[in-house]
Amino acid sequence: MATKIKKALIYLALIVLAVACLLPFLLMLVNATRSGNEIMTSVTFIPGKSLASNWKVVSEFFNIFQGFFNSLLISIPATLLTAYFSAMTAYGLAMYRFKGRNFVFAVILVFMMIPAQLGLIGFYDLVSFLKLVNSYIPLIIPAIAAPGIVFFLKQYLESTLSPALLEAARIDGAKELSIFHRIVLPIMSPGIATMSIGAFIGNWNSYLTPMIILTKKEKFTLPVLIATLNSSTDIVANQGAIYLAVAISVVPIIIVFCFCSKYIISSISAGGVKE
Amino acid sequence: MASKGQSTVTKPKRRKNVNNAGYFFILPFMIVFVIFSVYPVLRTLYLSFMNYKGFGEPTPIGFANYARVFQDKFFWRALWNTVKIWGVNIVVQLGLAFLLTMVFSDMKYKIKGLGVFRALYYLPNLIAATSVAFLFKTLLDWQYGSFNQILMSSGIIEKGAQIKWLLDPNIAPYVVAIISAWMWFGNSFIVLMAGVQGINTDYFEAASIDGAGRWKTFAKITIPLLKPILIYVSITSLIGGLQMFDIPYLINGKYAAGNPGGSLQTVVMYLYKFGFATGSTKQVGYASAIAYSLFLIILVISIMQFKFASRKDD
Repeated sequence: MATKIKKALIYLALIVLAVACLLPFLLMLVNATRSGNEIMTSVTFIPGKSLASNWKVVSEFFNIFQGFFNSLLISIPATLLTAYFSAMTAYGLAMYRFKGRNFVFAVILVFMMIPAQLGLIGFYDLVSFLKLVNSYIPLIIPAIAAPGIVFFLKQYLESTLSPALLEAARIDGAKELSIFHRIVLPIMSPGIATMSIGAFIGNWNSYLTPMIILTKKEKFTLPVLIATLNSSTDIVANQGAIYLAVAISVVPIIIVFCFCSKYIISSISAGGVKE
Repeated sequence: MASKGQSTVTKPKRRKNVNNAGYFFILPFMIVFVIFSVYPVLRTLYLSFMNYKGFGEPTPIGFANYARVFQDKFFWRALWNTVKIWGVNIVVQLGLAFLLTMVFSDMKYKIKGLGVFRALYYLPNLIAATSVAFLFKTLLDWQYGSFNQILMSSGIIEKGAQIKWLLDPNIAPYVVAIISAWMWFGNSFIVLMAGVQGINTDYFEAASIDGAGRWKTFAKITIPLLKPILIYVSITSLIGGLQMFDIPYLINGKYAAGNPGGSLQTVVMYLYKFGFATGSTKQVGYASAIAYSLFLIILVISIMQFKFASRKDD
């Protein structure tokens, strides 16, 4: 009996914690449909009627769909580059015994632990020297070198790919690059998919670097655009509009999460077990 | 004989050629890595020894920037703010993650619904920190925010005695810490849980046959076996946490000043103020020295953490 009560209490606590995770989003959705006045005076979970007028305020302040589009324009190519070149680098490091291999791997390990802010100033200095301020190039091209993902994929490859398979392909006369494309990439694809999800989320949510590189509003990514909500007194006076703008930035991610939470969670688990 | 000698000569040669293909595979990575990762880090180091305002020629000034960091009370205040916010956050974050790991790995209660709960707990981590900042900035607004309204309508606080979550320098840092913990506990829980699931169940069975209780099993079996993962979680959290920027920067609408009362100004916000602000406050050399000072501090704490965590082995 005592066990049953304890068990019920545990479930209750777990549910309370789940509510704590969801409540802010729920309030956000409800308040996005209410007027500033309603929000100021009461809390409710019944949607209001001001969605259209809130949307009018938001759309007059900024073009949030442009921000969406810009974020996709950066996140998709950056993720693809990370996936392809990390796989390639991991394969090169895992399956070939060339001179300097251990040194390269050691440098990769060191850079995995170096905090991103350390290169921030030098990075901006380089970007402005190359006249790439307001360009998406410095936000996309560096994705080719992702040390953490190379590290993970190297481990993954060493545990899934047998060198004998490569030897067999070589005896059949296959070229090294086509061995990589035809044999290695398919074997690695579950690991690549796992890592790509994490890379995409990281790109999509990134704020500091795009904020530094981009100064024109029409170039802003979604997080940078959302951050400009502070600068309008119009919109600050209307809480409903803020909730709506934030909701528009959040809802697509929640929808995607509903469909692929399993993969997202396995990508995090993988990050921890690499050790 | 001659043919045999020939084959031993050609065979290693062919292998060497094959291995050299490795250079080809890592080449694109190396080029981009050197240009966009290694060079900026070294360039920042170089600039940290320079007097440089972001234009014109940098002039060398030795360790003057570092001496200035050391004496700059606002740097130390920013560091203290960052450590305080991170410290409260990590206690809550790891505490919750630990409790959840214990609950879901318990052999006796066999709690169900791991998949659903794990997904719900992880959800806040998925949302961009900028959106989280605005969501809470609006929810926690002392006059209009839903949070104070819930407290008032449920009678926890009196009307007129609303709590100034983000305006009181004695409260705001802890609010930011709790928001960070809210964002990250699900992540830590997933990582710890993955670690527990990797532990051989024989250990748990043996412990239960020996009559070890729940806490004892957790303390003597789960925690020691999770140690590598714990080190991983705490060090990555430290590296990420001491670089905290987005939420404290945006949540009060006062940007790099870190209002209220500078209590939310983190080290990276302070660095941003000198490195990227426009106008006369821009001092790129000094900002670089701040970046390296923070790096050295993170390095020292990480090493201490690592040493402390591995010492218990003996």
